[in-house]
Amino acid sequence: MDPALLLGQIFNGFSVGSLYLLAALGLALSFGLMRVINMAHGEMLMLGGYLAWGTLQVVSGPWGIIVALPVAFIGAAIFGAILHTALIARLSARPLDTLLATWGVSLVLQQAARSLFGAIGVEVTAPAWLDGAVAIGGASLPYARLFILGVAALVLGGLALLLARSRIGLLVRAVNQDRMMAAATGIDVNRIDLIVFSLGTGIAGLAGVVLALLGPVTPTVGQSYIVPAFLVVVMGGLGSITGTVAAALILGLVVALSQLAVDVSLAQVILLVFVILFIQVRPQGVVASRSRSLDA
Amino acid sequence: MVTPLLELSGVAAGYGAARVLWDIDLQLAPGSVTALIGRNGVGKTTLLRTIMGIQPLDAGTIRLDGQDIGTLPPQRRARAGIGYVPQGRHIFPQLTVAENLETGLMALGRRGKASAGVPDQIYDLFPKLGTIRQRKGGLLSGGEQQQLAIGRALAGAPRLLLLDEPTEGVQPNVVQMIEAALLKVRAEMGLTIILIEQYLDFAWRFADHYAVMDGGRIVRQGDTASDTAADVAHLVRI
Repeated sequence: MDPALLLGQIFNGFSVGSLYLLAALGLALSFGLMRVINMAHGEMLMLGGYLAWGTLQVVSGPWGIIVALPVAFIGAAIFGAILHTALIARLSARPLDTLLATWGVSLVLQQAARSLFGAIGVEVTAPAWLDGAVAIGGASLPYARLFILGVAALVLGGLALLLARSRIGLLVRAVNQDRMMAAATGIDVNRIDLIVFSLGTGIAGLAGVVLALLGPVTPTVGQSYIVPAFLVVVMGGLGSITGTVAAALILGLVVALSQLAVDVSLAQVILLVFVILFIQVRPQGVVASRSRSLDA
Repeated sequence: MVTPLLELSGVAAGYGAARVLWDIDLQLAPGSVTALIGRNGVGKTTLLRTIMGIQPLDAGTIRLDGQDIGTLPPQRRARAGIGYVPQGRHIFPQLTVAENLETGLMALGRRGKASAGVPDQIYDLFPKLGTIRQRKGGLLSGGEQQQLAIGRALAGAPRLLLLDEPTEGVQPNVVQMIEAALLKVRAEMGLTIILIEQYLDFAWRFADHYAVMDGGRIVRQGDTASDTAADVAHLVRI
């Protein structure tokens, strides 16, 4: 096999994996903390994409896309905060109902986007400085894909720092490990839920900006990434950040490398089969997130 | 008559249709220590969980210093001044000793002390904790976890401390150490305390009052000064 082609696909795998990671982190965070599955998470990607497009209408020029990142993050985080306050927090006693309720929100948001921006979608033109590619060993690594890797690495680094070093991070970890005890020590668990949920939707908004660089932003753009994102969360170990990172990269590589041999749709099938087999062998995921606390 | 620090009247609670507590009346004077005793499964732990707000109140009222707290969530009750050392200790397993203690500070809420750090008093009381600050809570021995759980509750400067069998599953020499620390807490901090305790001799050394539970009710209460442990032993024996 042509080594340059292989190298190129491995690089592609990492870039697809970064995208999966950005899409899946929010799901993993809110599932790990609240055991809540947000079916409208894909629409946060879509929202981020449209926000990127909107930002570029206002801020044209080469650095518009850099401005779009915080705009999409904050916009999606605010939307997440509203969604959590208005819906998810009210259903906390019935987690399964959130599945259905957020699915409804997902459909409403898709239709809203269709009505506002049309079914065909909008195009975000990547700035000139993202055109071109680095050539390494005969393979060419497009700048746009390097940009995705960079955004994912920054998000991951920022998140790790936040969780490990900040006061809020400490409280998030405490709630994650023992919700009852966290409340009994005086931690406002509802506020922590809200912060984490908004952070997760904000990260999905960032994923939306990155997606906009790769293809048109359509009302259903989130749908094509939500399934791999769920697969990442399941395979990663339901809520573990380390596991989510590992699973995202593994699945990115599986997709990219299978495309060396088969077409794109068959690569999706291989992805699904791979996850099913993996879960058969290791049902707890890459990293088992629930360490048993020493409760009686 | 002084306002009781904690006043329960007609308290009932349970798990779904299964009622565990029936018509509990209890008053704690400020600074008093009450030992809650009784056989296993009579509702002692559920009573503490109900006071903390982890178990919803089905009927009756709970007043802390005159204020009705019966419908507040646990975090609001912690901030109102209730410290909780639960059965099984519930140390955050992946947090270090120092971080576990820091979570206890959250009970201080907006009193502005939340960023002042863990008071040295805690490390004076439990010197062992000072030597293992960076160790993960899940790796500690039972005795160390118990000290940490008590320290975490005290870090929030509570007015009322709920202790659910602080010496359970702890080796005998550590039991003495914990008992000594609790006696010191009571002497120096003037807290109001409810203690669930199996060892009647410690309960009698530590508490001013006792309340015996059976079948989800308080069947007898009195002062440890006027009744002896032998008087109630038949109510507690299995």
